[in-house]
Amino acid sequence: MRYDSLLDSLGGTPLVGLPSLSPGSGVRLWAKLEERNPTGSVKDRPALFMVEQAEKEGRLQPGSVILEPTSGNTGIALAMIARLRGYRMICVMPENTSAERRQLLEMYGAQIISSPAAGGSNEAVRVARQLAAENPDWVMLYQYGNQANIQSHYETTGPELLADLPGITHFVAGLGTSGTIMGVGRYLREQVPGVQIVAAEPRYGDLVYGLRNMDEGFVPELYDESVLTSRISVSSPDALRRTRELLDAEGIFAGISSGCALHAALVVADRAVAAGQTAEIALVIADGGWKYLSTGAYGGTLEEAAARLEGQLWA
Amino acid sequence: MAVEVRIPTILRSYTGGAKSVEGSGGTLAELLSDLDSRHGGLQERLVDDGGLRRFVNVYLNDEDVRFLGGLTTPVKDGDTVTVLPAVAGGRA
Repeated sequence: MRYDSLLDSLGGTPLVGLPSLSPGSGVRLWAKLEERNPTGSVKDRPALFMVEQAEKEGRLQPGSVILEPTSGNTGIALAMIARLRGYRMICVMPENTSAERRQLLEMYGAQIISSPAAGGSNEAVRVARQLAAENPDWVMLYQYGNQANIQSHYETTGPELLADLPGITHFVAGLGTSGTIMGVGRYLREQVPGVQIVAAEPRYGDLVYGLRNMDEGFVPELYDESVLTSRISVSSPDALRRTRELLDAEGIFAGISSGCALHAALVVADRAVAAGQTAEIALVIADGGWKYLSTGAYGGTLEEAAARLEGQLWA
Repeated sequence: MAVEVRIPTILRSYTGGAKSVEGSGGTLAELLSDLDSRHGGLQERLVDDGGLRRFVNVYLNDEDVRFLGGLTTPVKDGDTVTVLPAVAGGRA
């Protein structure tokens, strides 16, 4: 396939069957390979939509500075687009995100400002908001509250999925900004009566929940509970185990959040089997495993890998 | 047998530092009320007039109770209930 430029090749990712992990011919799993996007993650879609929306509104002009709280993939996508379009990119990210992400961001010319590990992405959002207030000429696209994030999945990921899997019964994706699941979820609900929209939510160790009180919690502005039919919490050991199963059983070298999505998809699949129902379950492979090699997720026993992952943001 | 309830760090001042406590009840509301009889003040941190507080997530066997029936979700012996604060997710 030929494209005029790298960005023109965005989207149109393959949907591949998971024959070994599917419980039977009546209940099948399908994986949307989003690591095939230009910078290797699903975040290329919202990043391009958010930039183009800001350009249309005149908020972004040549030489503008983009500021974004991001634990990695959105920052990498934005940094690549910023480089091509002549913007400066500043990422605020928790200090406990993997070394590969920092290196990738620096390669694309982004500047990184670290936020404290305790509090995870909450802290990154807080620090970014403070910087935005101090530097009113910087443009914060703010993926957690930017409707263009949802729109990218409503207009591209959702229609691609339905075209490839007209009989889809369940959609499963990780819950971060909630952009993927809101956009795809809304589209599918409009098109497919009774479709189940299942969020797979990473459950971290205590350090990541290091808030001072419950009122400091954070729910992304984009999150709309009414789009979902269920929300499943996935522990680090379960996500790791499933990430390895993706590789062992299907040959897919994915990031840990994809193991999280697979775990939730298998919960749903088991229920369908127990109920004697057929199901066509699509899940999102958000990125490849490359950026997580230094976390030790893929080596040694599961217990060792889980211990190394404690306190890290793996998704 | 009873229901195991996992408590986040931030609320362990109500449980004498315990990571998990046990309780009983037919529904989540009854379970929280039972816990409050031994860990006074805990219930008020989790629930207000409108149900579960905005930044509180409660999972029954790993599934968010907001999609099961909220405070009226049935619970039974052997279940695990996990309480967590809502934080900004990863992969972002």
